[in-house]
Amino acid sequence: MTQNKTYIKSYITIQNNEIVLNGNSVFKIEPTDFADFSKQAYRNFEMQYPKFFKMDALSKLAFLGSELLLSPITSTEQENNIALVLANKSSSLDTDVKYQESISDKENYYPSPAVFVYTLPNICLGEISIRHQLKSENSFFIFDAFNTEFMSNYSNILLNTNKADVVLCGWVEYFNDNYKAFLCTISTEENAKYTNETINTLYNK
Amino acid sequence: MLREIYITETNCITPLGFDVESNISAILRGDSGIQLHSDVSLMPNPFYASIISNEKINNAFAKISTETKYSRLEKMMILALEPIIKNSNVELNSKTAFILSTTKGNVTALKDNSEESFNSAHLDVLAQNVADFFKFQTQPIVVSNACVSGILAVSVAKRMIQSELYDNIFVVAGDEVSEFVLSGFNAFQAMSELPCKPYSKNRTGISLGEATAAILISAKAKNAKIKVIGDSSINDANHISGPSRTGEGLFRSIQNALKEAQIEANQLDYISAHGTATPYNDEMEAIALTRLDLQNVPVNSLKGFYGHTLGASGLLETVIAIESANQNKLFESKGFDEIGVSEVVNVIEKNEEKNIEYFLKTASGFGGCNTAVVFEKVKHELH
Repeated sequence: MTQNKTYIKSYITIQNNEIVLNGNSVFKIEPTDFADFSKQAYRNFEMQYPKFFKMDALSKLAFLGSELLLSPITSTEQENNIALVLANKSSSLDTDVKYQESISDKENYYPSPAVFVYTLPNICLGEISIRHQLKSENSFFIFDAFNTEFMSNYSNILLNTNKADVVLCGWVEYFNDNYKAFLCTISTEENAKYTNETINTLYNK
Repeated sequence: MLREIYITETNCITPLGFDVESNISAILRGDSGIQLHSDVSLMPNPFYASIISNEKINNAFAKISTETKYSRLEKMMILALEPIIKNSNVELNSKTAFILSTTKGNVTALKDNSEESFNSAHLDVLAQNVADFFKFQTQPIVVSNACVSGILAVSVAKRMIQSELYDNIFVVAGDEVSEFVLSGFNAFQAMSELPCKPYSKNRTGISLGEATAAILISAKAKNAKIKVIGDSSINDANHISGPSRTGEGLFRSIQNALKEAQIEANQLDYISAHGTATPYNDEMEAIALTRLDLQNVPVNSLKGFYGHTLGASGLLETVIAIESANQNKLFESKGFDEIGVSEVVNVIEKNEEKNIEYFLKTASGFGGCNTAVVFEKVKHELH
C-alpha cells in the first residue's frame, strides 16, 4: 500500500467543564453536571440544531466536538467525504443502564424506543453524519483505553486507499457523568502546524 | 499493488448446528431455527425467535474446557473459534490480530447489580476474556456498529491486512436473544407475530435470533475458501432509526465495493442481502438494488432460517454464502411467498444449482449504517 504521510489538521478536547480547540481554551464554566455543561456549550456557540436536545449524553458529547471541528470545513454546496472513526471504553452503557432500569421492574415496565435506539455506540456517528450530511465511511470501535496506534493506522488506511479525503478520528467516552472527548481531523494535506504531533501526543497533552 | 485477501477458515454456532456442514444440511432440508417460545423471563407474551439450547452449549463447551467462569455468549464465541484456530495452525503472534464484533455483548449481565457483573457487560472485557482463552498476543479490536458489525468486521480485517499491519486476523461475531433486545424491538413495534417473511407482501417485522460465527482472514491463499475483493460502508446521513427512502447509503456502499473489486454489476451471480422483514428495510434494499440495475440477480435473506442475529448476522450469512458459492447452490429465501416490495427483485424461491463466481454481501442498521462486501471464488490450480 502506498503510505502517504498524513497530517493532523485540527483537534479538540472536551473534559472537566472545558472545551480546548487546537490547544486554546474556547469554553470553560464552573463545575456542573454534563447535562448543564453541554446545554451551556451549545448555547455559547449558537449551534441552532434542536435535535441536539433529543440525543443521549454520548451523542451530545460527540456532536459538540465534531461541530467545532467540522463546521468550518464542511459545506452544504458540495459532497464532503469525511470518514468518522470513533472509539470508547463504555460503549453505550450509560444509556444501556437507563434502558435496563425501564424493563427490570415488571410493575413499572416502560421500554421506550426513543431510549432503546441510543443503546448502540454508533448512533453518535449517525447523528454527526446527519448534521453534516456526511455520506461517508463510519465505524465505531471499543478498547479498554484509547488505542491511538490502531486509530491512526485505521485512519491512514482510509486516506491511503482513497476511501476518505479527511478522517474525523477520536475517543468519546461517557459513563455516569464522567466524560472525555478527544477528536481530531486528519488528511494527507500538509499542515506545518502539527508536523511532529501525533494523536498520541495531543491526546495526552 | 495491494495484497490479496482470503478467507481460509469458517465456522458457526447456531440453533441449526454447531458446525458449517450441519447448518448447510439443515438449510437444504428447509429447517428453521425460529420457534415459538414462552418464557416470561424474556418476554411477557409468547414470541418467535431462533434460540440455542443451553444444554447444547454447555455440553459442547465441556468437551473443550472445564472452566466455569465464562458467560453463555463467551462460550458460544469460544466454540466458534476453537476448531478454526486449531485447524489453521496459525501462530498467535504479533502479526495475528483478533477482531470481535457484537452489538450488545454480555448485556444480560446488567440484570445483576453487582460491580463484577457490571464490569463483564463491557465489550472490551468480553473480548479480552475470549482472547485470553486462546492466548492471543495482540490487543483485541471490538467492532460495534449496530447490525452491520459482523460484515464490517470483514472489511476492517481486510483493510488491516492490506496495510501489512497483520498477516492473519481471526474474526468472531456474536449476539444473544435477551430481554433487553426483545423489549426494545417490541417497543419499536418491529417484531413479527409469526416467523419473519423477508421481502414478502405480508411481512410485518423481524424475528430475533442468536448465533456466533468465526472466520480466519489471511494474506495467504493456501486452503482459501473465498477471496475478498471490494468493500465499503457508507452512512445514509438521513435518520438514526429508519432506513433512507432512496437507499442512498446502501447504493453507494455497493457501488464503491464493485468499483474496488473492478467488476461490473452484471457480473454478480448472487446477493446475500440483509432482509430483516421490516416493511421499510426490505423496501429500501429493493430500491437500492434496482438503482444499481441488480434486480435480476438472485437474492436471499437468511433471516427466515436464523432470525435477525444482530451483530452476528453479517458474518454468519457470509459463512453460509461462501458455502453457497463453493457448492454452486442458491439457497431458498425462507419465509418468502408473494413479492411485497415496490421494485422487482429476484428472490430465490427454492434451492437451485447455479455457477457462482462473484457474490455480494450487504447489511444495514440503526445509525444509518450500511456495508457491502464483494467476494470472488478462488480458482485452485490443479497439480
